[in-house]
Amino acid sequence: MEEYLRPTVIGLMIFIVFNALIIASAILVLAERKIMGFIQQRFGPYLVGPYGTLQPIADILKLLFKEELRPKGADKWLFTLAPVLAIVTAFVAFAAVPFGAETTLFGLLAEPIKLGVSDVNVGVLVVFAVTSMGVYGIVLAGWASNSKYSLFGGLRASAQMISYELAYATALASVILIAGSLSLREVVDSQSGYWLGFIPKWYVFLQPFGFLIYVIAGVAETNRAPFDFPEAEQELVAGFNTEYSSVRFALFPQAEYINMVTMSAVATDLYLGGWHGPFIPEQYGWIWFLIKVGLILFAYIWVRWTVPRYRYDQLMTFGWKWLFPAAVINLVMTAALVLYFNA
Amino acid sequence: MPETVAFYLFAALAVGASALVIGQRNPMYSVLLLIASFGALSGLYIQLDAPFVAVAQIIIYAGAIMVLFLFVVMLLNAPREDAAEWDRTHPLRQPGITRWGSLLAGLLIVQLALALSRMNELSAPVATRTDAATVSSVHELGRVLFTRHTFAFEATSILILVAMVGAVLLARREDHA
Repeated sequence: MEEYLRPTVIGLMIFIVFNALIIASAILVLAERKIMGFIQQRFGPYLVGPYGTLQPIADILKLLFKEELRPKGADKWLFTLAPVLAIVTAFVAFAAVPFGAETTLFGLLAEPIKLGVSDVNVGVLVVFAVTSMGVYGIVLAGWASNSKYSLFGGLRASAQMISYELAYATALASVILIAGSLSLREVVDSQSGYWLGFIPKWYVFLQPFGFLIYVIAGVAETNRAPFDFPEAEQELVAGFNTEYSSVRFALFPQAEYINMVTMSAVATDLYLGGWHGPFIPEQYGWIWFLIKVGLILFAYIWVRWTVPRYRYDQLMTFGWKWLFPAAVINLVMTAALVLYFNA
Repeated sequence: MPETVAFYLFAALAVGASALVIGQRNPMYSVLLLIASFGALSGLYIQLDAPFVAVAQIIIYAGAIMVLFLFVVMLLNAPREDAAEWDRTHPLRQPGITRWGSLLAGLLIVQLALALSRMNELSAPVATRTDAATVSSVHELGRVLFTRHTFAFEATSILILVAMVGAVLLARREDHA
């Protein structure tokens, strides 16, 4: 690629990813309400647009025109900073996630480019680092609101995210051991091809427990039901975002949806072979990527409306006494097997 | 040219945020500014072609340790420090200690001046003096850590383990009491 074109291509990639994430969060709002309606045997939104498909736009407009309130005792700076931090970390985390093989964008470019904003050689760790920074948005929102419900929501969020980050990172480490690389693109490329000619070489078949641990910890990391304690409405009104309204409020659920997308995209890259799959040529692999991410997101929503919320002590017991030890055993077993077969 | 601009940006952010950490009366702001300072440091590490160190800095310091700090500050509900009260009672504001501190500060300035005057001896690029591959490649870093520095690595691990056991022991609830 010519050197002068490089900033343009990177800028284009940022533009695509940024807008895709915004659109994805809008689609998720609609999908969540539609699937919830289906599971609860009702229609879900159906008035705005054909079959209610324009409902997210109505939601966004409603939130934009609401009055922005701030409690009198709230910390002025941190109250504003908290939602910004939440949304910025959500967007930035996706910057290190590759989502497609080399492509020429339907022949538009002379030389192929790699789909993904940046190709870092420690990509897995970058995603992990940035998502772990997301906890500050929630904690600060809880603290700066100067309200007991918000504070409890913020404290719960931080305790929960610290606890499940361990199991999450340990599950990641098992995959890294097998792939022998911290670069997400190299992890995906090591999953191309088939065993016995028909079983795709995806790490989910080598790491079924790791995948399960990753997904469970991922649900807890994004504060989704059945682990949505930071905003448990029966106990905490709305948790850390109780005092927020208008756009500042809207940024929290949007950050949550974008984090879900990132979590699913990383799960796809690490366990489900990323953009590799049968029937679709390598160049259009991003279609496979979208399908896989969509399936994981559907499971996310499905779980939310199927499993009731745990109790807080159950969450902590489960995280520390079951999930984390299971992840460590999985890691040690993986390390032993990798050593045995590579020796 | 963009590298130079980025360097001064990160450096100014790191120094400025660190200075503001000390200047804040609200401990919450101090914690957040320290996180900003760590973030800027990690940017400098990336410029030194050490992405692993940069990410580790974010994960360990900005992500894990500072969450703990924030947690403690929030739970202790530390009040804003009262300036007059502080001046009167704080042990570090006793005249003897203040003079000793100013002497140390003077010594530090002399040291810095000496170090800066010898800058020219350090003008050789980093890559020629140490093996640059050891910092930029995780593979090499792991190899060096587990071969040449095994003892230091294991000793540090045991030290952390001991600290952890000690913390658990101190925090344990006395059931029989």
